[in-house]
Amino acid sequence: MSTAHHDGNALAGPLREVFAVDLTTAVLRCPDCGRRGAVASLRVYLDAPGLVARCPGCDAVTLRLVSAPGRTWLDIRGPVEIALAPEARAAGE
Amino acid sequence: MAAVTEVRAETSTARTVVLDVPDWPGHLPGQHVDVRLTAPDGYTAQRSYSIASATDATRVELTVQRADGGEVSPYLTEILDVGYPLELRGPVGGWFVWRPDAAAPVLLVAGGSGIVPLMAMIRTRGSSGSRVPFRLVYSVRSPADVYYADELRRRVRDDAGLDVAFAYTRAAPDAVPVGRVSPETLSAHGWPATFEPACFVCGPTGFVEAMADTLVGLGHAPGLIRTERFGGDP
Repeated sequence: MSTAHHDGNALAGPLREVFAVDLTTAVLRCPDCGRRGAVASLRVYLDAPGLVARCPGCDAVTLRLVSAPGRTWLDIRGPVEIALAPEARAAGE
Repeated sequence: MAAVTEVRAETSTARTVVLDVPDWPGHLPGQHVDVRLTAPDGYTAQRSYSIASATDATRVELTVQRADGGEVSPYLTEILDVGYPLELRGPVGGWFVWRPDAAAPVLLVAGGSGIVPLMAMIRTRGSSGSRVPFRLVYSVRSPADVYYADELRRRVRDDAGLDVAFAYTRAAPDAVPVGRVSPETLSAHGWPATFEPACFVCGPTGFVEAMADTLVGLGHAPGLIRTERFGGDP
């Protein structure tokens, strides 16, 4: 067992380099199985080059994030919809 | 850049690293920091660790379990020492957090090292003077694997409204049965779903998913169950 995060909670820091709000509380809908859930609830694999997030319902890749010096590459072509609640904006303060 | 001011053993394989972080803005319990290590050749490894402490000026505590073969935790648990610098970013994360002004009763379900962010919630409940009733169900392999054992004992005695129940999966104290957290455990030591408690579940992936499913089976609304998954069993 480890104490390092292995789910979407681990995306909070890297995504804050790209977005002005905390995206981990946003709800997204999986294009494959239709599951709705918070970004924080995604499964995240840390051992790939960068971070790979998969839907916990069907394992479809929903988000990929690679950070290199001076550049961040973000692939979010998976989710068909991302919903941000007021809470998400407040929590990002 | 943070500086290590103290290191403390929690178990034979986990320790708490106390940091002084200048300009720390304060945090909510459940938030985490990203720790980045950089090798002399420029290679970097980054991991996200939960904060164990309540907000307290520039003092931040992390408790880290050593993961054999890991890139970051062996350094944090075996090499890092008082006076060393540590690069971190945070606090981050707004999902797995408890707000001290929330009124709903709270159920905390910890599997092993999953206790860390939940302990931050217990400590914040204490330091903020919250009267919200808390119940913690803490699954450990054996008594020797309990983090914060003395403090939990003290808080159960002194923090009115905090209850703690243990489940021992491999070895238990005398007269205590060995067993996993069952639906009966969560019924007996959690809250009825009709109380609409806020549920926070943290631990290894398999544990978290089993507990979340059990809570839903007991009638808790999925929207009131928040989860955080640490790495799997070794």
